[in-house]
Amino acid sequence: MTKVLVVDDSNSIRDMVSFTLKSAGYQTVEAKDGREGLSKAQMDGFDLVISDVNMPNMDGISLCTELRKLAAFKFTPILMLTTESSTDMKMRGKAAGATGWLVKPFNPEKLLATIKRVVK
Amino acid sequence: MSVDLSQFIPSFLEESFEGLELMESGLLNLQPGDNETIHSIFRAAHSIKGGAGTFGFDSVTDFTHLVETLLDEMRDGRREVTNADTEILLESVDCMRLLIEAARDESDYDTEKVAQTSSRLAQTLGNEQLTSDENVSVDKVGSESATGFNIKFVPEHSLAKTGNDPLFLFSALAELGSLTIHANTNELPALMDIDAQELYLSWQLTLIGEVDEEEVKEIFEWVEDECLLELTPIDNKLPQEKTENEPTFQQENTTAPAIDETTPQIQESQIAAANPKSADEKATVSKTKAKTEVGSIRVGVDKVDSLINLVGELVITQSMLSELGNDFVMEKVERLNSGLEQLLQNTKELQESVMRIRMLPISFAFSRFPRLVHDLAVKTGKAMELVIKGEQTELDKTVMEQIGDPLVHLVRNAADHGIEASDIRVAQGKPEKGTISLDAYHQGGNIVIEINDDGAGINRESVLAKAVDKGLIDANATLTDSQVYDLLFEPGFSTAAEITDISGRGVGMDVVKRNIQALGGRIQVESTLGKGSTFKVNLPLTLAILDGQLVKVGSETYIIPLIAIVESLQIDNKLINRVSGDMVLYRLRDDNVPVLPIYQLFDLETECIEIDNALLVVVEADGQKVGLMVDDLLAQQQVVIKSLKDNYQQVAGISGATILGDGSVAMILDIPGMISMALEKAQYAQKFKNGGDSVKAEVCI
Repeated sequence: MTKVLVVDDSNSIRDMVSFTLKSAGYQTVEAKDGREGLSKAQMDGFDLVISDVNMPNMDGISLCTELRKLAAFKFTPILMLTTESSTDMKMRGKAAGATGWLVKPFNPEKLLATIKRVVK
Repeated sequence: MSVDLSQFIPSFLEESFEGLELMESGLLNLQPGDNETIHSIFRAAHSIKGGAGTFGFDSVTDFTHLVETLLDEMRDGRREVTNADTEILLESVDCMRLLIEAARDESDYDTEKVAQTSSRLAQTLGNEQLTSDENVSVDKVGSESATGFNIKFVPEHSLAKTGNDPLFLFSALAELGSLTIHANTNELPALMDIDAQELYLSWQLTLIGEVDEEEVKEIFEWVEDECLLELTPIDNKLPQEKTENEPTFQQENTTAPAIDETTPQIQESQIAAANPKSADEKATVSKTKAKTEVGSIRVGVDKVDSLINLVGELVITQSMLSELGNDFVMEKVERLNSGLEQLLQNTKELQESVMRIRMLPISFAFSRFPRLVHDLAVKTGKAMELVIKGEQTELDKTVMEQIGDPLVHLVRNAADHGIEASDIRVAQGKPEKGTISLDAYHQGGNIVIEINDDGAGINRESVLAKAVDKGLIDANATLTDSQVYDLLFEPGFSTAAEITDISGRGVGMDVVKRNIQALGGRIQVESTLGKGSTFKVNLPLTLAILDGQLVKVGSETYIIPLIAIVESLQIDNKLINRVSGDMVLYRLRDDNVPVLPIYQLFDLETECIEIDNALLVVVEADGQKVGLMVDDLLAQQQVVIKSLKDNYQQVAGISGATILGDGSVAMILDIPGMISMALEKAQYAQKFKNGGDSVKAEVCI
């Protein structure tokens, strides 16, 4: 089963992303910030990481940089969930090794459609 | 029909209100250059905006967007943090709260205030930002449809390192129409030179179908910087029939590309749910509303874990006891006793743990005060600061919710009447800035909240003069300090020379006192002229459990709340003072305390009707002491309060009931209620007697 790590400091967004993914048959693990996300990633393998950008302790860009340093996450798709659709933010994400980005407001159908581009 | 997310609205709302509080306290403490605080404020706004967008709370999204933009400029250091900006942001927080509440209740809000604030925000930002957003959506509409595309896709060798996989891109493309793929292996190096992590292939794809260029581009959105991508529209050379057959199928696919064969069950449930859509939606909306009214508590996982643990132990004890009971012989009585002992322990711990769930740190109630004091300082023009202590002290959630307003009133009062203007303070040798402090601590099963100011203190003489003026006391009355301060809580009393819009809002201190008493608490005042005042609020930790003294009257057992009891004593004959009629006074040191025989009040039969043999429990409420005459004092214990109103009906003099260990029901006495009952009775008797006299007089004439 496709296993997704969902990282967001907002409870409700995290719950919603998780709920949407689960309802489409994905398995999810949640983390409340980059630091927790990283430690969960170190313990376990994932097929996809969806992460918010703005978070306390460790932001999404740093998480992405750190994940890419791990052998197990070298090719794992990492999507940034962001309200900031500016190209600047996208470039920063790309530079850190992010696969793509999902623009908030979060829309369940769109989420499921777009992640198809990177996982089964 | 979509994945229904409305079940997440309550948690979004709760989170948003928490976020707003965080923003508010962050803004109040914001120092220039404090980036961490700005970041956390920004994140809170950002989350609210994100969530609101998802649920379609557009008014919230739009407004928060402005706030977020301003915060973003601060965060990036493009804008200095000025006081004016902070004020606007504080106002914006208020507006966001209004908007979110309106979205929650589906009600109207103060549009004028929001419009004003949002135009001030826009002004602060400069207008150029407002228009840029709109263009984006416009140019999407212009893209053309074609019957298909030839796509040349030459990815960079490192494409896989950002987690992209061409295979998934192609399968996404295949959902738009029929796709033919040709891989180009020309660049494939010799086996020796291949780096397994690199990508050497390129592709030529042909997509047939009525597809927007935008849709195709969107699929390649994440890789466009890492590849050479050429899209060539295919002209209408293809057979017409193909495009005519496809459209309905295509249309469906483009609106719901999420669904594929691997998740048929979802598709079915979605279709099934699509039909009763409106009814379904209504149901979830009303469910959501009910939820917000019920309210929720966040409980730490450790608390829940300890509960589960305790329940586990209880189950073990229960099975042990029932095994004992199966074939019980007297030899086992010791084991039975130890089992019961264990049960007692389990129950007690379980009770405490459950109570702890309802306990929240008082910081929840205190959190609004920094803002309040900040606003009061601006409004009154006085310099003052707020010091909060003991915010981790825990208190029952219900008590907390109800103590909020009285506390606000007391703090307003301190700011308005207590703290003096800066020049007066300096002249008196005090620090220019006044201090209001809030302190909470536990004291013997109660929680004490102190509201303290270092202001002018209460002027005894002016209080007295005012009370005489209002006819509350006699001009010649001699009163102790605490009696004078109690006058502040009399209905219709206000010491300020003129009623200001801060503390004089028609809600007097009498209401404060009444609210506190309704919670089973009391309020005391200490004050030193020129030094300041302290209002001390004493509250029970919870409304569900009460420390009570069990007393016996006739065959009945009553419970007197421990908090109301001043002392209990054996009656000394010499101190009894019978005044006219039925009234009996008991001399308690300097006081004369009226004696109230409970058996008379509730019409009970008892052998103990002689005051000499009885015990006296002196209780106090509303500053009035009375002695309750009882047959006997029994144990002191915690009792669980059951509402009489819910189970039967309200009874005068009784505040509730409880079930005792032997299964019998005992009434909990409502001390203030009993006192006023007794007073009414005395007055009625007086009136009746007077009335009788006058009738007699008339007859004589």
